[in-house]
Amino acid sequence: HVSKFKILKYIYRKKLISFLFCLNYTADIISTVEFNHSGELLATGDKGGRVVIFQQEQENKIQSHSRGEYNVYSTFQSHEPEFDYLKSLEIEEKINKIRWLPQKNAAQFLLSTNDKTIKLWKISERDKRPEGYNLKEEDGRYRDPTTVTTLRVPVFRPMDLMVEASPRRIFANAHTYHINSISINSDYETYLSADDLRINLWHLEITDRSFNIVDIKPANMEELTEVITAAEFHPNSCNTFVYSSSKGTIRLCDMRASALCDRHSKLFEEPEDPSNRSFFSEIISSISDVKFSHSGRYMMTRDYLSVKIWDLNMENRPVETYQVHEYLRSKLCSLYENDCIFDKFECCWNGSDSVVMTGSYNNFFRMFDRNTKRDITLEASRENNKPRTVLKPRKVCASGKRKKDEISVDSLDFNKKILHTAWHPKENIIAVATTNNLYIFQDKVN
Amino acid sequence: MFARGLKRKCVGHEEDVEGALAGLKTVSSYSLQRQSLLDMSLVKLQLCHMLVEPNLCRSVLIANTVRQIQEEMTQDGTWRAVAPQAAGRAPLDRLVSTEILCRAAWEQEGACPAPGLGDGHTQGPVSDLCPVTSAQAPRHPQSSVWEMDGPRENRGSFHKSLDQIFETLETKNPSCMEELFSDVDSPYYDLDTVLTGMMGGARPGPCEGLEGLAPATPGPSASCKSDLGELDHVVEILVET
Repeated sequence: HVSKFKILKYIYRKKLISFLFCLNYTADIISTVEFNHSGELLATGDKGGRVVIFQQEQENKIQSHSRGEYNVYSTFQSHEPEFDYLKSLEIEEKINKIRWLPQKNAAQFLLSTNDKTIKLWKISERDKRPEGYNLKEEDGRYRDPTTVTTLRVPVFRPMDLMVEASPRRIFANAHTYHINSISINSDYETYLSADDLRINLWHLEITDRSFNIVDIKPANMEELTEVITAAEFHPNSCNTFVYSSSKGTIRLCDMRASALCDRHSKLFEEPEDPSNRSFFSEIISSISDVKFSHSGRYMMTRDYLSVKIWDLNMENRPVETYQVHEYLRSKLCSLYENDCIFDKFECCWNGSDSVVMTGSYNNFFRMFDRNTKRDITLEASRENNKPRTVLKPRKVCASGKRKKDEISVDSLDFNKKILHTAWHPKENIIAVATTNNLYIFQDKVN
Repeated sequence: MFARGLKRKCVGHEEDVEGALAGLKTVSSYSLQRQSLLDMSLVKLQLCHMLVEPNLCRSVLIANTVRQIQEEMTQDGTWRAVAPQAAGRAPLDRLVSTEILCRAAWEQEGACPAPGLGDGHTQGPVSDLCPVTSAQAPRHPQSSVWEMDGPRENRGSFHKSLDQIFETLETKNPSCMEELFSDVDSPYYDLDTVLTGMMGGARPGPCEGLEGLAPATPGPSASCKSDLGELDHVVEILVET
């Protein structure tokens, strides 16, 4: 009996990644987390409209037992609170999403958005400055020309690294409702932005014009029963995008079919399980996030209780379903009462599309290995984890006798929710955001 | 952590943990719970109007839930018959409360309300629900003339009356309304209890048979024992009737 347990534990470690606790960063309420295409940079957005970018230490500083650590690289105020005078409404500065552009030159570019306005930011480094002007002192004051007796050529001298962020484009006034998604096209020239009822297509160079490509606003708003919850471009086909809805459907659209993509090319929907039907069925079927796999062959959706993997060639049901916290199904009424049932969890793929990850409550997050079908629950908290220690798997006891180290459902803290997670595109490094803290975990290298 | 204020009443089927509606033992208990869920949903929609910029997805999901309950109640026959003069518009009237309640949240653009809902729904099914709907309905025909002002005017008067109740709230941050249901601080807790606990005061809470919930701790809800009448009273304050 005991030996069986030991063997399982051994297999567990071998098959699944063990994560080391590395970095903890305290911030305002984090609202989005995103690695750039190389994984060297990690951007976070917060409720105060700020963006903080972390950079991975370069190779030559790394010690043998770990990869480079992440340190703060740049911080800037992306959005400010605004007031819409026409509607007497405040527009929150909270950053809803950040998306990186692929790097084309020395500078980095990212799109950040709040509820109404998208901004393109350029992040550039400056590590040299010109010195030795003839007409200016080093502090910038002008010299009296009559005191100049010799001429010299100004030269670039090294200086302390300075990282500057400057807004290059502001894409405004195109959304009546709240923006929930932005997604950059694989052509790297256009991107889409989606709000509750409409999706617009932009060109990165043009800010005064956007094309409306999806509009689900009914003529009579009182007939409104469904909203758009997320949207994303296909990673390889520049004409294809998907959007998810509050009724649990995903529509795949082809922009070549027509200018206004109100008619979908494919509709992905799983028939409802009649035995699980309740007044909350629709709410928990609402999709909070949709992400294509890196390969572009699959897409993943997150609803309140599960993560589903869909094959783009099969519309009538997902090919894989993973239960995130099925023990909450019997608590739906309470979760409706305290509004937790409306929490929007995100999900992400690892670089090879073999593992998917999503957050839960009590600062737990879950990973599902698609090949081995194993899953693991880990906790992001400072109390239980010392840096450089391997994370201990957690278990929630749904009912019955609670074993040692298990947590009962009624002890879960529903204020501690992990909504945003991100996985490095190439390595086993993950970023997990609790309400106020960012955690970065890496796997054990040896 | 959750189910604050919901007092669990022993009704003899505590062991039911199926979660499926078919598992309930008494029909009347289910009806009461369904009614509680309906009341809770309507209160949530009302508070939606308080938010500076209500979350449209959340409003739509709650409104759909309300619609589902109303449809089921109509099929059961527990929905009171509409008044004769409005009988001709019965299918629309059934769902009218949802439309009225959500209008202010959705009509931020000042879109013109449908002419078909101009009048005729001041009695009947509306009176069966919280007085909120009957209070708002008479305003509706008038507000259609001033589309832009109507919803905002309603919102403004909500602001004023709820301010009287929410005196204890110090922060001016509009999103504090959103946190009302999830905040653990005690001043907010009491308010939360008033708004949601009273529905579960004298009878089983909405979550009991519907989801087979494990018992919640009694807490301050013991002092908030109330019946439907008191809920009406609170809701009347909300609409300044």
